[in-house]
Amino acid sequence: MRNALEIKGLRKTYRGNVEALKGIDLTVKEGDFFALLGPNGAGKSTTIGIIASLVNKSDGKVVIFGDDMDKDLVKAKSHIGLVPQEFNFNQFETLLQIVCNQAGYYGVPRPLALQRAEKYLKQLDLWEKRNMAARTLSGGMKRRLMIARALMHEPKVLILDEPTAGVDIEIRRSMWTFLQEINRQGITIILTTHYLEEAEMLCRNIAIIDKGRIIENTSMKGLLSKLNIETFILDLPANSLKPQLQGFAYRQTDDHTLEVDVPKATGLNGVFSQLSEQGIQVLSMRNKSNRLEELFVRLVEDGRTQTSASKEAQHG
Amino acid sequence: MANLQFTALKTLWRKECTRFLRIWVQTLVPPAITMSLYFVIFGSLIGSRIGEMGGFSYMEFIVPGLIMMSVITNAYANVSSSFFSAKFQRNVEELLVAPLSNWIIILGFVGGGVARALLVGLIVTLVSLLFVDIQIHHPVMLVATLVLTATLFAAAGLVNAVYAKTFDDISVIPTFVLTPLTYLGGVFYSLILLPEFWQWVSKANPIVYMVNGFRYGFLGVSDVGIGTSIAVLLAFNLALFATAWHLINKGVGIRS
Repeated sequence: MRNALEIKGLRKTYRGNVEALKGIDLTVKEGDFFALLGPNGAGKSTTIGIIASLVNKSDGKVVIFGDDMDKDLVKAKSHIGLVPQEFNFNQFETLLQIVCNQAGYYGVPRPLALQRAEKYLKQLDLWEKRNMAARTLSGGMKRRLMIARALMHEPKVLILDEPTAGVDIEIRRSMWTFLQEINRQGITIILTTHYLEEAEMLCRNIAIIDKGRIIENTSMKGLLSKLNIETFILDLPANSLKPQLQGFAYRQTDDHTLEVDVPKATGLNGVFSQLSEQGIQVLSMRNKSNRLEELFVRLVEDGRTQTSASKEAQHG
Repeated sequence: MANLQFTALKTLWRKECTRFLRIWVQTLVPPAITMSLYFVIFGSLIGSRIGEMGGFSYMEFIVPGLIMMSVITNAYANVSSSFFSAKFQRNVEELLVAPLSNWIIILGFVGGGVARALLVGLIVTLVSLLFVDIQIHHPVMLVATLVLTATLFAAAGLVNAVYAKTFDDISVIPTFVLTPLTYLGGVFYSLILLPEFWQWVSKANPIVYMVNGFRYGFLGVSDVGIGTSIAVLLAFNLALFATAWHLINKGVGIRS
C-alpha cells in the first residue's frame, strides 16, 4: 500500500525564534483514517498549514502520494482537500458559487463542477440552501459546507482540522457517518480533533504531537492497549453502607457515589461480588472519563517530564 | 496542466466580475453620477466661460481625462478591496491551497479590476455622449492607453492590498496619492497653461502620460510625446506586476 503522506524532519520557526515544529517525521498510509492529536499550541495546525501550503516550512520534506511539495507543488496540492478549523469562505457568496469556484481552482470544468456540487451538497444536506448566501447558514451547516467544498476536486486525501468544533452531537454523528463512508470509498482521512471520543471512534492510527515533537505514533488499538487501569463510577442508593473493597483502589466522593480503579487483568466481578456481600446495591455504572483522554493526558505529561529531565541533566 | 491553469483563471475572473456586478449600486452607479456632475458643472456651466482648450471646447477637452479618472479609480479600488476582503475573510486560502500558479492569482484579480474599469469607462463614455459628440482620432492608441492604464492600477491595487493590514490601509493611497496625482495629471487643464517649472514638475507625474495618451486617442492632441506615454505605461506595468509576483510568491501578508 502506498504512502498517502510522508513527512521527514519537518521544522517551522516563526518570527521571534518561536519553534513550532522541531523536526517531525510522520507517515500516513493510503486509505487510513488517521488522527493527529495534541494540546493547544502543540503544532497540529502548523503541520496541516504546511501540508496545505498555507504556512512556509523552515526545513524538512513533505511528500503527498509520491509527489514532493518542493519538486512538484502543483501535483502535490491537487491530491489534497482541506477542511480548515475556521470558516474561510466568502460569507456573501452562495453555497453553489463557493463550491463551484473551488472546483474551478483545481481545473474542474464548470459543467462537471455543477454535477459534483449537486452530489456533495445533497450528501451533506445542503442542496436546499444552495442559492443562499453562506453567512445565513448555521455553524453546523457552515462546517458541512467546508467539507463539501474540500471534496469538489475529489481529492485522494482529506485533511480535517477540528471539523466538528462547535457542532451539536446529532450533526457531529452524521458527519462521522459521512466521513466513515468516504473513507470506505478510498479517501485517506487525516483528522485533528479535541473530541478524543471522535478520534477513538473513527481513526485506525494516531500520532500525538506536543511542543513541536511527535511523542507517540501508533495504531489506535496499540495505544489503547497501553491503558491497564480504568476508573469506573458506581452510583449507589443514598445513605447506603460505607463500602469496603479489598484489592481495589477506591474513593467515595459522596454518600452515594463510589469511584473504583479496576486493573484490566482483574475485571469488575470482584467489585460487584464484594459490594453484594456487603448488601450494597449498584444502581448504575459508567467510565469516569474517556479512555483515550486518560492516555492522552498521561502521554503528554510523560513527554514533558522527560523533556524537562533531559534539560536538567544537560544543565547539571 | 495548462488546462487546469486556464480553468482556474476563468473561474477566478468570473468570481471577481460576479462580485462587482453583485454590488453594482456601489461599483457602477457612483461613477456615472459623479461624472455626470463633472460634465454639468465643469463642462456646461463653467466650461462655457472658459472657452477653448488645446483647440477644442472645454467639454471635449475634459471628457478623455474624466473617463481615465474613472478607469484609474475603479481599477485600483476593485482589486484593493477585493483582495483585502479575501485576506480579511481568509477566503484567499481557497486560492492558496489550490494547485494554481501565483500568476493566475495575479491575473485573475487584475482581470477583475480591468473588467470593472472598462465597464465603468464605457458607462462614463455613454454619459458624456449626452453632453458632447465624441470623435475618435486614433482607436489603437485609445484602446492601448485604456487597457494599459487599467492593468497598471489594478496591479497597484493588488500590491496595496497585499501589504494592507486594515481597511484604512487600502484607503490611504487612493486618498493621499492617487486623487492628488489624478487632479494634477492634466484632466482639467493643458500643461501648456502652467509656468515652465510646473510643466517640468508635472511631467514627473505618471498620470499625465496616461491622460494625455488617452486624449491623443480621442482628440489627436497631447502635451507629451505618445511614445513616451506608452513607454511609461509599459515600464510601470512591468514594475508593478513584478512586485506583485514577488510578494505573492514570498507569501507576504498571506502565508505564515
